[in-house]
Amino acid sequence: MSFDPVVRLTDVSRVHGDGPQAVPALREVSLDIAAGELVAVMGPSGSGKSTLLNLVGGLDRPTSGEVVVAGTPLSGMTAGGLAGLRRRHVGYVFQDLNLIPSLTAAENVMLPRELDGVRAGRARREAGDALAEVGLADVAGRFPDEISGGQRQRVAIARALVGERRLILADEPTGALDTPTGDDILQLLRARCDAGATVLLVTHEPRYAAWADRVIFLRDGEIADSTATPLESARLSAERTPASGPRSGGEA
Amino acid sequence: MQISCNWHTEYAYSVCMTIRHGILTLLSQGPRYGYQLRAEFEASTGAAWPLNIGQVYTTLSRMERDGLVSPGEQDEQGRVVYSITEAGLAEMERWFRTPVVPSDRPRDELVIKLAMAVTAAADVRPIIQAQRTATMRTLQEFVRAKRASVGDPAQRLVLDSMIFQAEAEQRWLDHCEAVLTASPQTQEKQR
Ligand SMILES: Nc1ncnc2c1ncn2[C@@H]1O[C@H](COP(=O)(O)OP(=O)(O)O)[C@@H](O)[C@H]1O
Ligand SMILES: [Mg+2]
Repeated sequence: MSFDPVVRLTDVSRVHGDGPQAVPALREVSLDIAAGELVAVMGPSGSGKSTLLNLVGGLDRPTSGEVVVAGTPLSGMTAGGLAGLRRRHVGYVFQDLNLIPSLTAAENVMLPRELDGVRAGRARREAGDALAEVGLADVAGRFPDEISGGQRQRVAIARALVGERRLILADEPTGALDTPTGDDILQLLRARCDAGATVLLVTHEPRYAAWADRVIFLRDGEIADSTATPLESARLSAERTPASGPRSGGEA
Repeated sequence: MQISCNWHTEYAYSVCMTIRHGILTLLSQGPRYGYQLRAEFEASTGAAWPLNIGQVYTTLSRMERDGLVSPGEQDEQGRVVYSITEAGLAEMERWFRTPVVPSDRPRDELVIKLAMAVTAAADVRPIIQAQRTATMRTLQEFVRAKRASVGDPAQRLVLDSMIFQAEAEQRWLDHCEAVLTASPQTQEKQR
């Protein structure tokens, strides 16, 4: 089923609150993301970028429409099932990093694996590999406030990469970094994609968005534009391919 | 169209002078043949600035006339090696010391196009949207070229410059969209 998209959104809407206070954050968004694809989302503040990322990661549920990740429709899953899916498949880099100050870099990276139930020795080894991949093997034993902002950012990325996560969601991972450091981060994400992972990246910096295979522009909760061929035609050709499987994704 | 005439003269002059100074810089590292100068000039600008060999020889003969370079003997294949003179070195150093003055007129077709569209009360949003996507595609190509240019710092910096310029255009388009969306005049038009 490798022809299936890793992420498929079909007519997804998300309204925050209800009644006169209701805020439509996302309006009937449809989007397919293939394995190995790096997709960047751009848009003004409040256009729905973080909402989109949270829905794809199962941290939030749509008001209507369906989100399918790795062939599994998220609507049918329990909270526990969602948490398990997130731990096994999804790596997050949050806007505000969320590193735990009382844990070393290596311990921060190990944490999601320990939550997976992986034994400490193995989790430590994997954390070491992930830190080496982002060029931080030598600061593994230091605490977040003992390393630079750029290094903290890379620790957060190592934490998202650890344990073979196939889908990486990154919300402004370049933060306030200078351009060469930001380029290093994109280089890392790009390398992960080239190795087969899927990355959905939110950024407001065009120079980083340009590392993506496809750039999507959100406006008021809608996809205003994209650098790819129109979604409709991409879907039509996918549906004509027999190997692409059922439209609804089915049970995986 | 006096503006565009002036602008062309100014631009041609600046192109001419930049080629001269580029050639002087290459010759400051040692004597070179014309064809070498052309290849090295293109390589260090990441092929952002292609030169034809005729341009190189025309420039060299004018620089010889101005005492900035001196030709050596012809070899048996009829090729001539050029060297930099004392005056040439001084001119190159002056160039590096002098900041570049940006052109004082908007010479960008896109800026004129949007200004005209706003003046003519056209719906500017489709223009902005189409341009934003096109500029992003260009930016994607620059980044691909930059990823391929590892190990060549000069080329990489030239590409970075093109990336920053395209990014500035992208930001300016977002700014135009935000300003026009906020203006009551345009909202009226969209109804
Ligand atoms: N938990 C929430 N409760 C109410 N409104 C929200 C909530 N989260 C987001 N919103 C609103 O939804 C819209 C989209 O927000 P968001 O996805 O965070 O945008 P972005 O990440 O592009 O800045 C905004 O108008 C925001 O105020
Ligand atoms: Mg956000």
